[in-house]
Amino acid sequence: MKKGDASAFLLLIFLIAVLPIFSGSPYILTVGIFSGINALVAIGLCILMGFAGQVSLGQAGFYGIGAYVSSVLSVHAGLPIVVSMIGAMVVAAFAAAVLAVPALRLKGHYLAVATLGFGEIIYVILNEWGPGGPSGFGDIPHFNLFGYTIHSTTGYFYLVWGLVAVVMFFTVNLIHSRTGRALRAVHDSEIACNAMGLDVAALKIKVFILSAVYAALAGSLYAHYVTFISPSSFSLFYSILVLMMVIVGGITNVWGSIIGAVVITVLPELLRRFEELDVLVYGLILTVSLMFFRKGLVPILIEKINKLRGFAVVKR
Amino acid sequence: MLTVFLQFLFSGLTVGAVYALVGIGFNITYNATSIINLAQGEFVVIGGLMMWFFSESLKLPFFVSVVLTIITAGLVGLLMERLTIKPLKNPDLLLMIMITIAVSIVLRGVLMFYFGKDPYVYPAFTEGEPLSIYGAIIQQQTLWVIGITGFCIIALFFFFKKTIIGKAMLACAVNPTAAQLVGINVSRMVMVSFILSAIVGAIGGMAITPISLMEYDKGPMLAVKGFCAAIMGGLGSNRGAVLGGFIIGILESMTAGYIHSGLKDAVALIILLLILFFKPAGLFVSKAMLQLRKY
Repeated sequence: MKKGDASAFLLLIFLIAVLPIFSGSPYILTVGIFSGINALVAIGLCILMGFAGQVSLGQAGFYGIGAYVSSVLSVHAGLPIVVSMIGAMVVAAFAAAVLAVPALRLKGHYLAVATLGFGEIIYVILNEWGPGGPSGFGDIPHFNLFGYTIHSTTGYFYLVWGLVAVVMFFTVNLIHSRTGRALRAVHDSEIACNAMGLDVAALKIKVFILSAVYAALAGSLYAHYVTFISPSSFSLFYSILVLMMVIVGGITNVWGSIIGAVVITVLPELLRRFEELDVLVYGLILTVSLMFFRKGLVPILIEKINKLRGFAVVKR
Repeated sequence: MLTVFLQFLFSGLTVGAVYALVGIGFNITYNATSIINLAQGEFVVIGGLMMWFFSESLKLPFFVSVVLTIITAGLVGLLMERLTIKPLKNPDLLLMIMITIAVSIVLRGVLMFYFGKDPYVYPAFTEGEPLSIYGAIIQQQTLWVIGITGFCIIALFFFFKKTIIGKAMLACAVNPTAAQLVGINVSRMVMVSFILSAIVGAIGGMAITPISLMEYDKGPMLAVKGFCAAIMGGLGSNRGAVLGGFIIGILESMTAGYIHSGLKDAVALIILLLILFFKPAGLFVSKAMLQLRKY
């Protein structure tokens, strides 16, 4: 782990530990929980897009698979929550592998549409054959482990963000590993990678599966926290929202995905006061921030910090 | 049997015509800029709602309303390009596409603020008895939709083949640097492409509203379907978008009619995935052509 990552990691853990102590307001913690759930999906998409260079508009599909499979396994099959969550991730990984083999041969807009199509098909399936159909189903058990059930908002906050920290630890190490370097190489030039003897296709499929597993983990957390799910939470709109989080935070930095997830989740809450104008203001803020913070919030922040430290910023 | 089949076929053609127009709209901007303008669906909504505004709310004559709606849509396209696309120098393509999504949210916000969440409708372009072919009932407006789509396709064909602006736009699509070298104002062509795609979308919206009503949030669905139509035919190919639009429209209406209405979106998308997996560049674009473009 590099120095910057290590300090960011410590800061993250500090914030996770401190926030519930300073603000016991369940409202803020709930928004925090949703930010964390979204961050998990965004981190997965960030590795896929920023490092492997593959677009996906189908993350909502894997998110939905995670939520539904975990709920069905725990409600109807009576499995322990942890087992059903792992089951959900396995199913999502399998779905991702099946989709990845033909889809990752496509590129650019065509890949985007293929993943979009996959997400929408999952959405239709959940609507038609999911338990409860379009209106969804409830009474999903809360998260429990070794007989201890989490009911409190604070408990869920620690659970979700604890998992974000674990996932982040794994992701940062992955990025700086041999695989991570290979991924960045794929992003820059697939042809060169092939020439160097890297199995590009296998690498892309693995990353695609990883991003699906993250999304499924987030989906199952969502289901066991809210205890009620319906297909509308897993539509194309969610995939686009996650994409927005990754871009706003900065596609080249996984920490950006966490910041992006928090910003995009908190923003609509702050805009409540605009009532009927909230959609308009939301759109304007997005447009302006995309135009003026083009690299994303975190890369810009890093540049600023480096400048303050007096480092010469090397421009590419 | 035949009657029911024809009925489904005609309803599929009507929806397909609008998908085709949205798909063509995507192609026009894509050809000039490589951008997928995901606010394309909002242009259709603007067409429908502004037509209602001019003809029903202000009670202007039909042709004046049509002209004013087209001008409004063109202005929206112009403003969108000048305010959000042009100021960015050498931007990342993905970023541009996200900006078009953000702009579509802004447009939806404006439309919702003014028109609210209710669906709007105005009378068909011509009054009269519906036609009956082998027992299948066809509203006159359906013929208008299909006719207007056909007219747009032919007009665009001549625009790109015969006029100097159209040829210049095609040149930008093939190679922007070379186009600039022979004295084509690439930036202006990008602007024209946004205006043109907005107008094409708005025309679709004006034609379809008497049949299927129009509300502020129909845009994303239309954009997704039109995008699928364009991809199915091969991005950049207008006849591909037309064929793709009609295939998706007819598949949807046949699935809804014969199998189950809830599955109509899935069937069209499964066909799209299959086409992409076996012919990754779409129906009308060769793989070699695809490799020439980065996206």
